[in-house]
Amino acid sequence: MQDNSNTRVVVGMSGGVDSSVSAYLLKQQGYDVVGVFMKNWDDTDENGVCTATEDYKDVAKVASEIGIPYYSVNFEKEYWDRVFTYFLDEYKKGRTPDPDVICNKEIKFRAFLDYALELGADYIATGHYARLTRDEDGHNHLLRGSDDNKDQTYFLSQLSADQLDRVMFPIGNMDKPDVRKIAKEAGLATADKKDSMGICFIGEKNFKSFLSNYLPSVSGKMMTFDGEVKGTHDGLMYYTIGQRRGLGIGGDGIDNQPWFVVGKDLSKNILYVGKGYENKHLYADYLVASDIFWINDISNRGNDFRCTAKFRYRQKDCGVTVHLNDDGKSLKVTFDDPARAVTPGQAVVFYDGEECLGSAIIDAAYQNDKELQYI
Amino acid sequence: MKKVYLDNAATTPIADNVLQDMYDKFKNNFGNASTLYSFGRDAHTILENSRQVIANSINANEDEIVFTSGGTESDNTAIIQVAKARKHLGNHIITTAIEHEAVLKPLEYLKNNGFEVTYLPVDKNGNISLEDLKNSLNDKTILVSVMYGNNEVGSLMPIHEIGELLKDHQAVFHTDAVQAYGLRDIDVKRDHIDLLSTSAHKINGPKMLGFLYRKNGIDFPSFIKGGDQEEKRRAGTENIPAISGFATAVSNLTNEHKLVLNKKFYEFKKRIEQAFIDNKIDFEINGQISHDNLQHVLNLWIKGISTYLMQTNLDLDGIAVSGGSACTAGSIEPSHVLKAMYGSDSDRINESIRISFGQYTTVEDVDVFIGSAVKIIKRLKK
Repeated sequence: MQDNSNTRVVVGMSGGVDSSVSAYLLKQQGYDVVGVFMKNWDDTDENGVCTATEDYKDVAKVASEIGIPYYSVNFEKEYWDRVFTYFLDEYKKGRTPDPDVICNKEIKFRAFLDYALELGADYIATGHYARLTRDEDGHNHLLRGSDDNKDQTYFLSQLSADQLDRVMFPIGNMDKPDVRKIAKEAGLATADKKDSMGICFIGEKNFKSFLSNYLPSVSGKMMTFDGEVKGTHDGLMYYTIGQRRGLGIGGDGIDNQPWFVVGKDLSKNILYVGKGYENKHLYADYLVASDIFWINDISNRGNDFRCTAKFRYRQKDCGVTVHLNDDGKSLKVTFDDPARAVTPGQAVVFYDGEECLGSAIIDAAYQNDKELQYI
Repeated sequence: MKKVYLDNAATTPIADNVLQDMYDKFKNNFGNASTLYSFGRDAHTILENSRQVIANSINANEDEIVFTSGGTESDNTAIIQVAKARKHLGNHIITTAIEHEAVLKPLEYLKNNGFEVTYLPVDKNGNISLEDLKNSLNDKTILVSVMYGNNEVGSLMPIHEIGELLKDHQAVFHTDAVQAYGLRDIDVKRDHIDLLSTSAHKINGPKMLGFLYRKNGIDFPSFIKGGDQEEKRRAGTENIPAISGFATAVSNLTNEHKLVLNKKFYEFKKRIEQAFIDNKIDFEINGQISHDNLQHVLNLWIKGISTYLMQTNLDLDGIAVSGGSACTAGSIEPSHVLKAMYGSDSDRINESIRISFGQYTTVEDVDVFIGSAVKIIKRLKK
């Protein structure tokens, strides 16, 4: 076996099973493994007590089981400045941001990577379901995780090839059930721990009450595009295009089709609703996006190229054609088939087969060359 | 990887003869010292012999020694119980800004219960001024609690002078001698000390054990209530083997041995200082290296490198140093001692580490530390 004992790998340990097994596997492979727990959000209680989170206790347990040193590092300020402020700004603009994409780009694979290098690391590792390959020219390519259900390249789509140069994804070639099995066989404390849900800083808290602590909500009319008022909304930021739950509109006794959010007008503070999952206002032919990020240079593909794309996490890929604008600052993505609920603020992530090419942030969706009223 | 332990102000490894003594007593003398049968009598004899050894070490009478669960309990008892017992004489207490939390927290509790506390400031070397103390004393002052020597920077307080000053004042004089005991020549009679706290595990004895010296005539109800042990001054069955081990640890520390240790530690400090200078490290000593200090403590400001990062990197090299109390938040509570010395805005409070030596620290250990620290600092400064 290759001698890895002089290669130091700092593993970002969250207290979950995926990062636990990542650390375990690296230790098995003989690396000099160091576990670090990232504290990105201040959940200090009212008494000012620095809370020993359950997650950190799990990191401590697992690290002792594996036999590696563990520490924690605080990125609360960086997270607030680089992720949370962006998150709030996007909501203020009536968009639906994806903080995890930015968190990976700014915190886990930047601030954390820098910190790991200060600890003498050669690599960092995380428990993401994604794979890396390196071509003959030394370029890193990001590939989907082997487990289709778990592939997390969507959230990693804004990492540069340079960032990836120092990264390992030890479980990227595994299926989740196998990861759990390894954790069980190794007797790791987190083997049966439930997967974490939702955005990291909100945790299991109620999203609506969380957001209301930071942004003023103004209730307003909930109506159809035909002008029929169906009720009131609690504040536009609480609703996402295509959302069904929480509207409080009963069946109308005609066809009993459920109601969906089909549009927003930020300037008039109106939430548009419409009947039916396949409501026509939810379908777009193309989108326009900016904040473009390519993991590797794509100039050899030309200004218009075919690939597949996802507009949200865990969606099936759609066939698309990408049209790059000459200024390089925005692009247009035309869909082979109309796409449902393409939401401004979310990432559109591009793939060529297994490879994740990069992503951009959606600004607007169009139907018959007319912008859908989503902001 | 050779591990190097340089955090002896936090705790020390147990001495071999202490361990052997405790092992023997655990095996052979498990009796409860409060019982009348032979098992109890044997235990009682060990307890009282140990008490005598310990009383001698600070020139106290044996009935002035109360065994406790350690420095923290001794401090809590001395401060809270004495203040409450003397409330009829006044409600004013004087202490310093650089006491250990085991003193500051009980005082905070008293402050919330009607007492007034004056915190004496310190200068850049961590020293208080006797003038400040004189000016703070008034006819309501019932207690003065000033540590013997500081645990973070090693500054020594003017204990003898304070004792002289207070001997004709109603205020009781308590000193937290947890760091100084074992290195300094402590004499409670010479220095007019009324109450003194120590801990066994800082001098190569067992953990969860210490004593409170209480001058005869100063009375207060037991902090821990229950049995009549320790002349009703501390309830709870005494841990005879541990107390015996404590006495053995104290016996190890003869005056000659203390001199040797002080000299050795002073040289370690100079060695580190010189090596850092030779390697052009950008650093300063917090406080000072002087013959008039607690010699086992060295506090270094390594400019531009956070405490946590330095401490973590040293740990990855197997070297244990202190950086203040860490919490899960991945940051370190800034030291109140360095704040008191240099102000809250000083970079020192976030960029300092404390090294502390013990009986078993060797010059090789010190050199391993120097080698590793210099390597880490140079790498991080690149």
